[in-house]
Amino acid sequence: MEIGDDAWRQRTARRAASALPEVWNLLDEISDPEIPVVSLWDLGILQDVRKEGDTLVVTITPTYCGCPAMTEIEQDIERKLRQAGHEPLRIETRLSPPWSTDMMSPEARQALEGYGIAPPCSACTAGGGQPACPNCGSNETRPVSEFGSTACKALWQCDACQEPFDYFKPI
Amino acid sequence: MKDTERKQATLEYAQRLGDDAVVLGHRLSEWCSNAPFLEEDLALANTALDFIGRARMYYSYAAELADDGRDEDDFAYLRDQREYRNLLLLELPRGDFAYSMARQFLADVYNLLFLERLMQSSDERLAAIAAKAIKESRYHLRRSRDWMLRLGDGTEESHARLQRAVDDLWGFTHELFEIDALEQALVEQGVAVDTPALRDAWLEQVEQTLAEATLERPADDWAVKGGREGYHTEHLGHLLTEMQALHRAHPGCEW
Repeated sequence: MEIGDDAWRQRTARRAASALPEVWNLLDEISDPEIPVVSLWDLGILQDVRKEGDTLVVTITPTYCGCPAMTEIEQDIERKLRQAGHEPLRIETRLSPPWSTDMMSPEARQALEGYGIAPPCSACTAGGGQPACPNCGSNETRPVSEFGSTACKALWQCDACQEPFDYFKPI
Repeated sequence: MKDTERKQATLEYAQRLGDDAVVLGHRLSEWCSNAPFLEEDLALANTALDFIGRARMYYSYAAELADDGRDEDDFAYLRDQREYRNLLLLELPRGDFAYSMARQFLADVYNLLFLERLMQSSDERLAAIAAKAIKESRYHLRRSRDWMLRLGDGTEESHARLQRAVDDLWGFTHELFEIDALEQALVEQGVAVDTPALRDAWLEQVEQTLAEATLERPADDWAVKGGREGYHTEHLGHLLTEMQALHRAHPGCEW
């Protein structure tokens, strides 16, 4: 948790201090291939943008070890930046600090909920509560399966409106 | 230990950990479209992905250390069974659902203990992979432990099947806590995990869950080992044949 909080602060600070705000802004236009309402920045995948000599270096981190979207994400970044004339260009994958749902922006949580995915609820992992249903807002929800349609989500159901929903797992 | 020796040993170690991950990941992936119901199908496939992702990280590191033009695919697809150094427990056929869950539980408890130590490794790359993977392993264990309780303390049939699975797997768990000269040397460098030291904690957790699931803890009266030396059960060859067929038919193909 603390690592995540630190990582979020560090990431926000890196962006604020960056001499390349136009690149960050450009990358805001790229969303996660599997959750199109959330940008790479909001999800915490985009970690850093910097220059090494003439080369623009973009650092990203995978959400899960086996996330099959990473290749597509790299290609999306490359396409976007090349179209805008940013060359030479290198994309680096960094594992440390490990991605955590605490790296998500507040905007990402809202967007997930609007999209029908319950945002991660750290208190819920300790067995202390249930995520609220993203459809009707009820807290009378129960887990159906620890895994949902992608590695980052679990499958839950709402007992109030009966709708099944994806829940973004806090890790 | 000279730098070159340490590098060579770390390469071998990363490759072993990659072998463990890819073999278990493949066994889990065999459930895709074969699981008892849809939610479990998704869960098994997602868990498989986690392990295959882990294998890619270990193999990519091994490839960088080797620095001989090989990449992660060469490690996974172009080595034969005698070159594979995975733990035997992980290569056993998937069996029925109870068997796969029992294996997963025994491996998940081990993985958590192992990764906790590997996070402290003096090798930064291995420590980073461990810090990433442990988050997923916590989740895996939650699920596999839950299934142990549900099946063990479930119907007569599910109890009998799970007990049989635990009995059949038990003799393969001793190998998890063996250590050879290569790993011992790396332990002394702070790189590798001292696996014999994990056994007490592993046993305590496993025995507790077995008791809660109303299962008998099998006796320690037989043990099979050899995976770390490249001596495998007859099952690994079949697994590799299937896993490597496409790559060997289209050498160098990437997708």
